[in-house]
Amino acid sequence: MVNYNLLSNSNQKTWDKILAKVWQRSHLDFMLLCGILLLGLFGVGILYSASGKSMVLVWHQAANFGVAFIVLFIFAQIPASRYRPLVPWIFGMVLLMLFAVVSVGAVNRGVQRWLNFGLVRFQPSELMKLAMPMMLAWYLCNKTFPLRIKDLFFSCIIIVVPALVIAKQPDLGTAILVMATGGFVLLLAGITWQLIFGVSFLLMTAAPIVWHFMHDYQKMRLFSFWSPENDPFGSGYNIIQSKIAIGSGGWFGKGWLHGSQTYLQFLPVRSTDFIFAVYSEEFGFIGCLLLFAVFAYIIGRSLYIGTHAQDTFSRLLVGSLVLSFFTSFFVNIGMVAGILPVVGVPLPLISYGGSSLITFMASFGIIMSVQTHRKLIGS
Amino acid sequence: MRDQGEYEWRLIILVSILFATVLGLVGRIVYLGVIKHDFLLDQSNIRSIREVGIPAHRGIITDRNGKVLAISIPVGSIWVNPKLFNATKLQESNLARMLEMPLKSIKQKIDTKLNREFVYLKRSIPMENADKIIALKIPGIFLEKSYKRYYPEAEAIAQIVGFTNIDDRGQEGLELAYDSWLRGIPGKIRVVKDRLGNTITNLGVKAEPREGRNLTLSIDRRIQYLAYNELKNAIVKYQADSGSVVVLAVKTGEVLAMANAPSYNPNNRAGIPLANLRNRAITDLFEPGSTIKVFSIANALNSGKFHPNSVIDTNPGIFKVDGNSIRDDGERNNGVLTVKGVLQKSSNIGVAKMTLALPSDSLLKLLRSVGFGQSTQSGFPGEAVGVLPDNLKWRQFVLATLSFGYSISVTPLQIAVAYAVIAAQGLLRPVTFLKGDKEIPGKQVLSSKVCKQVLNILEEVIDIGTGKNARIPGYRVAGKTGTAKIASPAGGYYKDRYFANFIGIAPASDPQLVILVLIKNPRGLYHGGQVAAPVFANVMNGALRMLSIPLDAVDSI
Repeated sequence: MVNYNLLSNSNQKTWDKILAKVWQRSHLDFMLLCGILLLGLFGVGILYSASGKSMVLVWHQAANFGVAFIVLFIFAQIPASRYRPLVPWIFGMVLLMLFAVVSVGAVNRGVQRWLNFGLVRFQPSELMKLAMPMMLAWYLCNKTFPLRIKDLFFSCIIIVVPALVIAKQPDLGTAILVMATGGFVLLLAGITWQLIFGVSFLLMTAAPIVWHFMHDYQKMRLFSFWSPENDPFGSGYNIIQSKIAIGSGGWFGKGWLHGSQTYLQFLPVRSTDFIFAVYSEEFGFIGCLLLFAVFAYIIGRSLYIGTHAQDTFSRLLVGSLVLSFFTSFFVNIGMVAGILPVVGVPLPLISYGGSSLITFMASFGIIMSVQTHRKLIGS
Repeated sequence: MRDQGEYEWRLIILVSILFATVLGLVGRIVYLGVIKHDFLLDQSNIRSIREVGIPAHRGIITDRNGKVLAISIPVGSIWVNPKLFNATKLQESNLARMLEMPLKSIKQKIDTKLNREFVYLKRSIPMENADKIIALKIPGIFLEKSYKRYYPEAEAIAQIVGFTNIDDRGQEGLELAYDSWLRGIPGKIRVVKDRLGNTITNLGVKAEPREGRNLTLSIDRRIQYLAYNELKNAIVKYQADSGSVVVLAVKTGEVLAMANAPSYNPNNRAGIPLANLRNRAITDLFEPGSTIKVFSIANALNSGKFHPNSVIDTNPGIFKVDGNSIRDDGERNNGVLTVKGVLQKSSNIGVAKMTLALPSDSLLKLLRSVGFGQSTQSGFPGEAVGVLPDNLKWRQFVLATLSFGYSISVTPLQIAVAYAVIAAQGLLRPVTFLKGDKEIPGKQVLSSKVCKQVLNILEEVIDIGTGKNARIPGYRVAGKTGTAKIASPAGGYYKDRYFANFIGIAPASDPQLVILVLIKNPRGLYHGGQVAAPVFANVMNGALRMLSIPLDAVDSI
């Protein structure tokens, strides 16, 4: 016994040291990783219920998570300083791909979002969710404060051009996300408060013009957002069913696998965009608070990393990536709960599907890299 | 370079904005999940919880011996929800083949009703076929289970039993009369259905189905079958328009058989003439002619002024009343007749003279008392009551014609009932189509002495009078022929159209059965004694033997 204790004590110490070393080399942030994995677990659990107990879908999503984690791991290894000079090139390439999609993109459900690289199909608009914040952070990180009009003008071009191309695909959800993300970076980078209000005002007056360029199905979604009861079997159907799902859940929900709106197939696209309605119906208000808490934890930890970043580029980059994550979360829940129009934004890390999952995991990789590649100041 | 402080300050404001928006989301979820919870939960249940009927089968109708006359067999109806219908080419062609419908008409049914969610494709097909169609697993194709009525005896008893419609409701005959007794009350079951209408779970029975109750009729299937066949053969043989046979049990008032021809097959009613649906024995009125004379004689005997051997002078074969002439059949002069002879020869002049010698309302009273001009209380739908003349004191000729069966309209059943009164020694018993088996007390409406006298005279009609063809070996039979002219809708009577009619009672020593045979407008022979009496003899003979009624004239065999 004594021997064993001695042995194990000394062994444990060495093992601890090795583990600490390995962990440090992995460049992963433990606290952030915990939050992400927790959310992933939530995700497959809800997916199992939402898909009508389909293990095939659950395994597929687990595989997606595996791939996304590898992407996260890779991004975590690259220090921001390494790719910083390449940022304009990356942005340019992604923008080119976006144009390519619009002109020759493969048709997927009548919507052109995918580029077909033989075996791999990818949505360049997803890449843009990463490339655009990088580009803005790169452009703004050494500009004077407050921003000059010229800088502001170029920033707006960096935001609006990709957003318009994405909207043309048409993918209004992603376009709004990209715009919002860019706006957040500008906010963080330091535009004057007068300008913030000015731009908000401009956006409001621009709304009718945007309306003019919108597709019929997008207009229909807005209509049904204002009054879903007008067309309960048509475009209002989704919103009504998801409101019923959330509302019938009550305080504690109907229990896992017992959401009647879900397993009776009344809920639309319940594995992807409307998965929150499934969760809410089965776990109720308390469950929603729990889920929000996990999101808040991830966002909080990321913001903490952002504020403690050592250079402005990293700080801006982290900030905008986190806010992009938050905006997805907010827009998705807002549309499922019926306070925002249905724009087709998935719930980050929860909705079934690989594309957006990989993007968000990549951005968490970038955030972790910022945290784990800090140089000790003063040494 | 801008300072860290400014960045953090902006971050704080930003986080506050984020926090506020999340609070908005939380507020929204509280609003939906807590404040509007009850309403939305209700909405959720409305969408998924449905009440589904549990079919309850209709009661079986049997004859007095338990033989099935009407039974409900399970069938399936195939319906489609056009909004969900989605079949492959192979499924479509299989569906059309199994439904035995052209694919075109199926598609048309679906395509023209795209905004509806329930369209029958084909109703009431055999269950095994329906199961096969459901096994095709075509989205949007569903099965509704129900029952279809089947009538094993088909034509033989069609008008009596009647039939139900496709919704299992009685439409005609006893199916209609006893609908509420026979009908089952469907139960209710609460189920959870998904968006596509598939039943997911069973929440339990809300109301148990009440199965329909069975009905046992007084009808004897064997006698019914015999009566129908004999009648049908006579109709064919004499090319008659139609005919009815009624078999009554004297001691219980039960209808043992009631047949009408031409008939129809209740299992396949496509294209049948509506007239064939009528239970003519109950719904059709006619002027009975000579068969009424029995009651004129009974009235005469009842008055005490006449007895069976009283003498009536019918010379010179023509009798004038109020300026109208009354003649006997064949314009014969029957000379001087006894009361018995009047009935044996069926002399119009004889009964008219006797009736006119009595108080003018006495015959009418007697006719009413044995059931003419009123319902038999059989409960059969559409029963006719008939009409008796009135004010006879001032209309002597009408009274005279009434005495030999004109100026009065009756149903065949009424005549049979009235003869049953004679057979039962003056007791009137209510008619029933339901099995009773018990001797019913009845109401004394005629003196038993008069009835015995009349019965004796009627027996002689068979032995030496117009009803020779009604004789049955081994039994004593009493009866009366009738050959009545058919009234023309234009007024007056057709010259050469008759109701050939025979009513008989047997065994005469202890009457058990009354059988009426009525044949409308036979061609060639037309006398009741020639056309109707043989049918009577065959049916009565068969019925007496089927019921094992003891012989009372062994020596006549």
